[in-house]
Amino acid sequence: MTNRIIDHPILGKLDQSESVSFTFNDKQYTGLKNESIASALLANGIRVLRKHEESGSTRGIYCNIGHCYECRVTVNGEQGIRACLTPLRENMVIISGEKLLTSVKDWRLDNE
Amino acid sequence: MNKIIIIGAGPAGLSAAITIAQNGEEVLVLDEYMLAGGRLLGQLYEEPTGNWWNGITESENLYEKAIQLGVDIQLNTSVYDMEKQNNQWIIYTDNGTYFTKNVLLATGAAEQPFAIPGWTLPGVMSVGAAQVMTNVHRVKPGKRGIIVGVNVLSSAIAMELQLAGIHVKCITLPKKTKLAKESGDPLEVMNSLLHVSHMAPSKFVQLGSKLMKNDLMKKMGISFYPKNGIKMWDIPIMLRKAVIEIYGDKVVEGVKIATITPDGEVVKGTEENISADFVCITGGLYPLAELAAIAGCPFYHIEELGGHVPLHNEKMETTIEGLYVAGNITGIEGAKVAMSQGVVAGFSILNHIQDGKFNNDIEKSIKEIEQTRNSAYIQFHPNVEEGKHKLKKHWENYIGKELCKMVK
Repeated sequence: MTNRIIDHPILGKLDQSESVSFTFNDKQYTGLKNESIASALLANGIRVLRKHEESGSTRGIYCNIGHCYECRVTVNGEQGIRACLTPLRENMVIISGEKLLTSVKDWRLDNE
Repeated sequence: MNKIIIIGAGPAGLSAAITIAQNGEEVLVLDEYMLAGGRLLGQLYEEPTGNWWNGITESENLYEKAIQLGVDIQLNTSVYDMEKQNNQWIIYTDNGTYFTKNVLLATGAAEQPFAIPGWTLPGVMSVGAAQVMTNVHRVKPGKRGIIVGVNVLSSAIAMELQLAGIHVKCITLPKKTKLAKESGDPLEVMNSLLHVSHMAPSKFVQLGSKLMKNDLMKKMGISFYPKNGIKMWDIPIMLRKAVIEIYGDKVVEGVKIATITPDGEVVKGTEENISADFVCITGGLYPLAELAAIAGCPFYHIEELGGHVPLHNEKMETTIEGLYVAGNITGIEGAKVAMSQGVVAGFSILNHIQDGKFNNDIEKSIKEIEQTRNSAYIQFHPNVEEGKHKLKKHWENYIGKELCKMVK
């Protein structure tokens, strides 16, 4: 976890004693217990948390305090969970959102 | 259950909770974050006394004190609606529904973004997001970043990022647009920067700000402002360059930047790319007041307070019975002011419940807000005092009108 700030001149040494493992899109990672899902992912170098439902463009954290909803992921099967507000737990299964079908819109392009 | 409910476990909410619990009433604090402290958590700066203001320790102290006094604090709980029925507030959360007669909204502030092309790319975040990642979660938002938006918040956070070993390449302006009007205008930004110049260790900036007391000098200052910026904490602050676009394939790779005229217009042909793996956007803070809006509070837009604020008086009472406000929802100021506002709100609620027993405490604690405000190290807006005065006038008008209605 190279993106961690281990030694801080004012805040001191980071407590890394309680690590947990989790998966993101079926790949195994480790993070710190009770940190946010967003920070655990960023510490592992993961910025892309989902794709926009309609355009498929990539999205990550924006506000990091729960207001913008840009970081929503699926956690243990539950959709729309804000990664920045959710504490990381052992064996969490996290999945990013993917582009969804826009069948009706696509149909309209050729039929209207 | 009929505990007093406080929404927001930041400096205002926790201080109110402590005040209430110290005087024997039961109180429940709700907050959607995983830690108590709110925006205070991320704060880290050196005070003129040489002491470091450490938001994490301050938050922990408030939290511990509240817990010891028996305050019920429920974190990871989002309040998404509230309404009044039969003289009771119903508070809807994703963790159950609560009922109470008295609610304090201490919801704090959110950050104003600019919509720059490319701003949805992962790696672009609010400057507060970078602050929380760095100081609270101890994860680097990236290795080399650029901050778009020059204001009190971004200058303070840039220093915090440097402190944690993150390279901030520069702080610069957004391109002037209808939305980012003032933030993209070098003269406006210069004006707002002058009142934080005491925070700059660079003698050059301090001296410069003393020379620039009048408008002509300010205009000349902008005209002769070095294109590559003046350094503050070793970070170039560029008032004569603006970010036109953020680029990258899937994630941020850099920004396109150009020289701007003193009026903020882009000089054609000066565009260049600067690489970066994260970009912070900051248009400053605004009061987070949605719950006051659904509760039915009248609002006023007051520039000096950072945006739309729910109408309230010095005692932190709103126009609705049993609804109080404290902290940044009443206007953008520092954590210490928020704490003293929380104390006032706490006493006002106690006074309401225990029939006027706390009039003296209210009066005394209102004076303390003013003292805290006057000695604040960071002023988010130089004319906060004037903003508060405007709000007071609105309150008097409102009360006057209500009285007229009653007489009719």
